[in-house]
Amino acid sequence: MADAPQRARGEAQYTADVLLPGMLHAALLRSPHAYARVKKIDVRRALEAPGVHAAVGPEDVEALTDEPGFFGAPVAAIAANTVEQARAALELIDVEWEPLEPLLDPDEAVRRGQLTDEPRRNERGDFERALADADVVVEGEYRTQVVLHNPLETHQSVCRWEGDTLEIYTSTQYIWGIRSRVAKQLGVEPDNVRVVCNYMGGGFGAKNDPGEYTYVAAELARRTGRPVKCALTRREENLAAGNRNATIQRLTVGARSDGTITALGGEFVNAVGWDGWIAPTDGPMQTLYHCENVRTVTYGAKINTAPMKAFRAPGYVEGTFGLECLLDELAARLDVDPLELRRKNYAHSSNERPYSSKNLMECYRRAEPHWERRHELRTRSDSTWKYGAGLASQIWYGGGGPPSYAWTRVGSDGRITVITAMQDIGTGTRTAMAQIAAEELGVPLDRVRVELGDSARGPFASISAGSSTTPSMGPAVRAAAADAKRQIIEIAAQRHHLEERVLDISDGNVVSADGNLSSPLEEIVGLLENAQILGKGARGPNPTGMQVLTFGVQVAEVAVDVETGEVRVLRVAAIHDVGRVINPLGASSQVEGGIIQGIGHTLSEQRLLDPATGTVLTQSLDAYRLPTIADVPEIVCELIDKPDEHLTNLGSKGLGEPPIVPIAAAIANAIRDATGADIHSLPITREEMLRALEAAKQKQRGAPAAV
Amino acid sequence: MTINGVPREADVWPGESLLFALRERLGLPGSKNACEQGECGSCSILMDGTLVCACLVLAAQADGHDLVTVEGLGENGSLHPVQEAFVEAGAVQCGFCTPGLVVAVADLLRRDPTPSDDAIREALSGNLCRCTGYAKIFDAVRIAATRA
Ligand code: FES
Ligand code: FES
Repeated sequence: MADAPQRARGEAQYTADVLLPGMLHAALLRSPHAYARVKKIDVRRALEAPGVHAAVGPEDVEALTDEPGFFGAPVAAIAANTVEQARAALELIDVEWEPLEPLLDPDEAVRRGQLTDEPRRNERGDFERALADADVVVEGEYRTQVVLHNPLETHQSVCRWEGDTLEIYTSTQYIWGIRSRVAKQLGVEPDNVRVVCNYMGGGFGAKNDPGEYTYVAAELARRTGRPVKCALTRREENLAAGNRNATIQRLTVGARSDGTITALGGEFVNAVGWDGWIAPTDGPMQTLYHCENVRTVTYGAKINTAPMKAFRAPGYVEGTFGLECLLDELAARLDVDPLELRRKNYAHSSNERPYSSKNLMECYRRAEPHWERRHELRTRSDSTWKYGAGLASQIWYGGGGPPSYAWTRVGSDGRITVITAMQDIGTGTRTAMAQIAAEELGVPLDRVRVELGDSARGPFASISAGSSTTPSMGPAVRAAAADAKRQIIEIAAQRHHLEERVLDISDGNVVSADGNLSSPLEEIVGLLENAQILGKGARGPNPTGMQVLTFGVQVAEVAVDVETGEVRVLRVAAIHDVGRVINPLGASSQVEGGIIQGIGHTLSEQRLLDPATGTVLTQSLDAYRLPTIADVPEIVCELIDKPDEHLTNLGSKGLGEPPIVPIAAAIANAIRDATGADIHSLPITREEMLRALEAAKQKQRGAPAAV
Repeated sequence: MTINGVPREADVWPGESLLFALRERLGLPGSKNACEQGECGSCSILMDGTLVCACLVLAAQADGHDLVTVEGLGENGSLHPVQEAFVEAGAVQCGFCTPGLVVAVADLLRRDPTPSDDAIREALSGNLCRCTGYAKIFDAVRIAATRA
């Protein structure tokens, strides 16, 4: 990676490292109740405390609340010389709380009609009728838990007012979104908000919006006339920094005895929390297979838990777990091969619109050798350890879109700078952009630098979310590089009395088709002396009338200890179709990272609440159980790497999210293959595994005596 | 105390962590603060040759000791072989965990120049990374081991 040395040396400056002269530190008072009213709040004693400069409450900052709807909701904040002083002063804020009865059960919220939004209904064909006509019907209820992003750099901002301009140094996935949201909220001109994010320590969807820490820092900075940093602690990160919401999924599939799926139905309850939006948990059921009769309804349950935020393929991770487990239960019922069942129900064209490209069939073909391994694998089973393999398909977005802009600057020394006010969320963005510019301009990679991360120093760039960074920004950078190249060739043509069409740039030299001219770029551009070549580029539109989606399949191999319930993931083969791959090393790292995050989601991670009070019990990384290097299986990553011919000048789709989508179902299906137990609930802790094994035993006993 | 071979002094509050002193008083922000409670390894440094979490050491306790932070690993501005291996293997995504990891890996390889997979798992299981999925970190350790 272009900037990996700086990161490895500890030189890269993250928001966490921003230290401005005279900077104060803020700490937040958070609600100790899952639901309460603040009857009285008095900050006078806190203001007297050593080192304290200012305090703000619900009346001063809109992001603070006097009716906290979840444990950890922000209520007040203090700015002091040091963070310890600010934290100590929080104890001196006098609050009179009126605790209210929290509602924590999402099903109950739906029954009471306590919803974040109108239920979302999607229907095509005649589901009821198709179900009545089906040869087999399989139903299942699936549950997924709340998981937390826990990026290593916590959510944080440093704010400083320079006259009427607000500078915000922040750990964000969307510089321009922060700029417009803060400007609107504070009633200042967007041009008077400068947002800087040079390096950031991970986001995974949780850092798309400004957050209370930004608003609090801005207001405290305004009041004190000093820069203020507001950084969440790890504990706060585990309470109130966003999450992947829990879901309850009641699913039905109807099929003909030959395996043709004729009806799909789902009722999805998203436990959104106190605030947030309804993620498309129904998405996979609507789009993954060819099925004429599909009916889904998705509820957003408003309960007294921390608000959800986007988390790496929101909705699709949860929905794919349910759907792909249901498919394997159908395969078992029909006694057909799970891979065959998926091929049989392949969606060749989507229901309304053609795909810009789809190579899922090719993914299935490449999965075969991995899938074949299951026969040998199963023979390893003994009375304690059972071995098996499972697979699951992946569908998700990832096409990106306009607008996004980039500039290129070619100096008389022949060096190239790419300038765009995008952020690098730690996914190798600088490298990918440098590669794209270098390729288009025909220069070695080390001649290109990428300047990003500052809204005052570059054009608008899109959000780094939805696997959109490369597909949104890459085409703009490529267009900017092409624009510069055109100008260089024009100059060379004039200078050497040649036609432009016979000239090209290759390996840093301007060359003619007949080979007579080969002149280093710096010589051509050097003719300009101090003048520079400036290229401009914009992201063009997506193909009209087409769906731009990513696809894939994963095969997981597991071992299950049927005595203790321990599940070990041994090997994962991940085959994904994301169009053209720009940086293979970075891409495989994304795949591995997604798979490990998915293994955490599947086996260990879970935010636990006290079921009576709504207090968060998992407030540390140890309690929350993030995967470590000890949990890493063998991972085989295969990317189809076929440019999407309909998509932009680059043909690339995003890869940030696809790898995390199918992994939970692949593991659950492998567990069924190994043990015969159906997994219906995440995470598959030892207790959950033992429960599922017991249920399988009961089912076998209860089944009509077939032997 | 000596930090990266240079004698240093700092005025610290009682109760202040060494990590805080390094980052905010001594101009050495390379060691990262990701949990402040010894759970993530982002703040790993060497104290008299022993790997410690700087967030769990009081600044005052470091008095008179010899410290090496990520900034002091490479010599004369060049990358330490472990840092080089991380870059080459693609083991760096956001990089927030990387300073702690390279210090921990340097420590591991000094103790055990050819660590087994299990030894790597054991030695690094206290260093959390949320981005890479650790596979490339394994690769980096293997690359660095062949060069040491
Ligand atoms: S910051 Fe020291 S272990 Fe996490
Ligand atoms: S690279 Fe981001 S936490 Fe490790």
